[in-house]
Amino acid sequence: MSLLRVEGLTVALPPGGDRPHAVEDVSFHVDAGEILCVVGESGSGKSISANAVMGLLPKGLPVRSGAISFEGRDLLSLGAEAMRRLRGQRLAMIFQEPMTALNPLMRVGDQIAEVLRVHGSGADAARRVPELLAAVNLPDPAAITRSHPFRLSGGQRQRVMIAMALALEPALLIADEPTTALDVTTQMQILRLIREIQSRRGMGVLFITHDFGVVAEIADRVAVMQRGRIVEQGPAAEVLNRPQHPYTRALIAAVPHGAAEARAAIATASVLELRGVEKTYRRGGFFGARAVVRAVHDADFVLRRGETLGLVGESGSGKSTLARCVVKLVEPEQGTIAYHGTDLRPLSRAAWKPYRRRIQMVFQDPYASLNPRRTVGDTIAEGPVTHGEPRGKALERARELLRLVQLDPGAMDRYPHEFSGGQRQRIGIARALAMEPELLIADEPVSALDVSVQAQVLALLAEIRARLELTMLFITHDLRVAAQICDRVAVMQRGAIVEQGPTSEVFAAPQHPYTRQLLDSIPGRGWTPPEL
Amino acid sequence: MEASKLPGFLLRRMVKAAIVVLAIVVCNFLLVHAAPGDPASVIAGQSGVADAVFLEQLRRQFGLDQPLYVQLWIYLKSVLSLDLGFSHRQQAPVAQLVLERLPATLLLTGAAFAFALAAGVTLGALAAQRVGRWADSVITVVALTFYATPLFWVGLMLVLVFSVWLEWLPSFGMSSVGVEMQGLEVVWDVAQHLLLPALTLGLFYLAVYARLTRATMLEVADQDFVKTARAKGVPEGRILRAHVLRNALLPVITFAGIQAGQLLGGSILVETVFAWPGIGRLAFEALLARDYPVLLGVFFCTSVMVVLFNLLTDLLYAVIDPRVEVAG
Repeated sequence: MSLLRVEGLTVALPPGGDRPHAVEDVSFHVDAGEILCVVGESGSGKSISANAVMGLLPKGLPVRSGAISFEGRDLLSLGAEAMRRLRGQRLAMIFQEPMTALNPLMRVGDQIAEVLRVHGSGADAARRVPELLAAVNLPDPAAITRSHPFRLSGGQRQRVMIAMALALEPALLIADEPTTALDVTTQMQILRLIREIQSRRGMGVLFITHDFGVVAEIADRVAVMQRGRIVEQGPAAEVLNRPQHPYTRALIAAVPHGAAEARAAIATASVLELRGVEKTYRRGGFFGARAVVRAVHDADFVLRRGETLGLVGESGSGKSTLARCVVKLVEPEQGTIAYHGTDLRPLSRAAWKPYRRRIQMVFQDPYASLNPRRTVGDTIAEGPVTHGEPRGKALERARELLRLVQLDPGAMDRYPHEFSGGQRQRIGIARALAMEPELLIADEPVSALDVSVQAQVLALLAEIRARLELTMLFITHDLRVAAQICDRVAVMQRGAIVEQGPTSEVFAAPQHPYTRQLLDSIPGRGWTPPEL
Repeated sequence: MEASKLPGFLLRRMVKAAIVVLAIVVCNFLLVHAAPGDPASVIAGQSGVADAVFLEQLRRQFGLDQPLYVQLWIYLKSVLSLDLGFSHRQQAPVAQLVLERLPATLLLTGAAFAFALAAGVTLGALAAQRVGRWADSVITVVALTFYATPLFWVGLMLVLVFSVWLEWLPSFGMSSVGVEMQGLEVVWDVAQHLLLPALTLGLFYLAVYARLTRATMLEVADQDFVKTARAKGVPEGRILRAHVLRNALLPVITFAGIQAGQLLGGSILVETVFAWPGIGRLAFEALLARDYPVLLGVFFCTSVMVVLFNLLTDLLYAVIDPRVEVAG
């Protein structure tokens, strides 16, 4: 008998949505001691399915039909109180955002003890909490017990969440994208931890993810979801290597494979050269204690005409700060930023203005980086107009650019909220291109996008770069993406570039231990996606 | 907050607070002197002798003939030695006048503050818990009514209903006149007198707290850690208290800190309506009589209070929210 069996589950969406049901006729099962990965893009209904099992569906999303049985009991017919007693005790869940999933005002130890207390084992709390923290490999459990969440890093918080979920040794753990918000090295640690605990205790795990690399790393079986339906289901090796359904095949084809092909060396003139650039953040002073963070130091690089250089690193490595130094969004204290031989660093705002045309930026968050009160046409035309181009001409060009980024020119008069994330990122790219730049700085341009959309945007960037002969500084935390688009990569760690070279060489023979660690942490390294 | 940082934090904040109070003292002094008319002309007017020689003599006697900066310097020196001056009108030291009246005001504002905070947060939490149902609508409408009604009108209506029609409560003063009482009788008597003015002063803020608590609780209820608590199997009642309400109280505390300062100022109106013998009325009378030393004394006293309440709020905030670093 399966631990969890979901049969023909249908959950309604509120009227007026893009489809009548959030999930429709979904059936899957999880056995004790196995990991089932539910894979799908955002909006595919994978989280809804998980929340239905936990009895945590929002009020607006009622279950229309189907059955969920867990350890032989029908969960859908259980009352609220009986369901509450199961949650945390037999069924546990961890979430995507470790930064917000813990109560900021409660000590970590109290939050874990709360699980024990509300299920009647509060007496053991003092002994069990440090044990649990040690079991998820947190250093110094006694100190962490007394800490508030804000003292911990994202990875540590996710470990706390796992400790909390495991407190009462549940039979089923539901993990909703638990590593998506984490750095790649931390992600690998958490994946290993979940795998290890799961096999040690023989738990069943329902693991939700959008990343086939993660699937390859952890899954025993896979269910692929698209628009609320499961389109393919089977053993991991089967689905990963011989996908049957067109959607699965498309998703797997979109996965950046992480293998960098050798590219011809580029020996053109240098466009951008950074030497000795340093940016240090200081906090406090006068009365309070000082804190000094060296955000960027020892990060020299040369970018040649027509080349794409990838700045790769984890969060806090200084890669975005470095990119922002180039466009004077951040002002470094030292060093030269030579653009065609002219040092941009000491220039005043006014003296900088002519260079703004030639150096443009594409930002990470397609939702936050477009002004919601301006039409797409105005947004794209704004730059050229402020640089003195007649409005009519700028709008005409905006129309052409929309065509270039494969959007309908009818988008001109619409507002950003009417577009999907991928479409907005195209608008962001069109906005940058409107200035006819020579150098494009792309700061994590595909990180917020689903994998299939990501592949499209990357293809678009590659095509535009070739067509317009752009030089590009490409910032990313995802080595697989860097492998796909960059001629050379520079690996950053704690504000410094620790290794740089042609992408294929760095990937094939990494010199620095940190680079090796990063490469080893790419999820699904052992899996080569099939040629489809 | 780490306890070891506390003494340093307090010291730094005290220094800053002292600078702020000093600046307020200077501003108050200049403001009062910018107003037309001076005490000499008021006294001369009331004594019926208004010739220039007498005025000159009065001004010399009070030091009003000195240049403004000299007067300011003299005033600052005496304030720094905690001497608030002498009221020639009331023939008493200002410090004594203010200190006599201060307890009454603190009692009134303290009671109003406690009432507004306790009732406001309770009503707000109830409304948030029953959002969209009739209890929520009732609380929201009542809060809005209090919010929109002028303070003195509420006061007058309360007097009309409870003192004039129902004759349950006294309508003015702080204690019954001409009755011998002792011990608990005095407390009971003052409490009866306190009820209406404290209600009047507190109702507006009650409305503000109720609305603020309701809004922030609804916001916090959508946050991830509440979902975590639910996934842990925490009962709804405890989720509301331990997770939602506690986080929702942070903005309420910020606002309460501001209110604690404003209450002292707001009490002028209520003290006048209810003939409450506090510093609000003292200030009002001093203003009409151009009694500068008393007016400045009251200003000084209230500004010290406001600065003190702000400091307290910051401390409380740092205790409740561990993320707040106490920094100068």
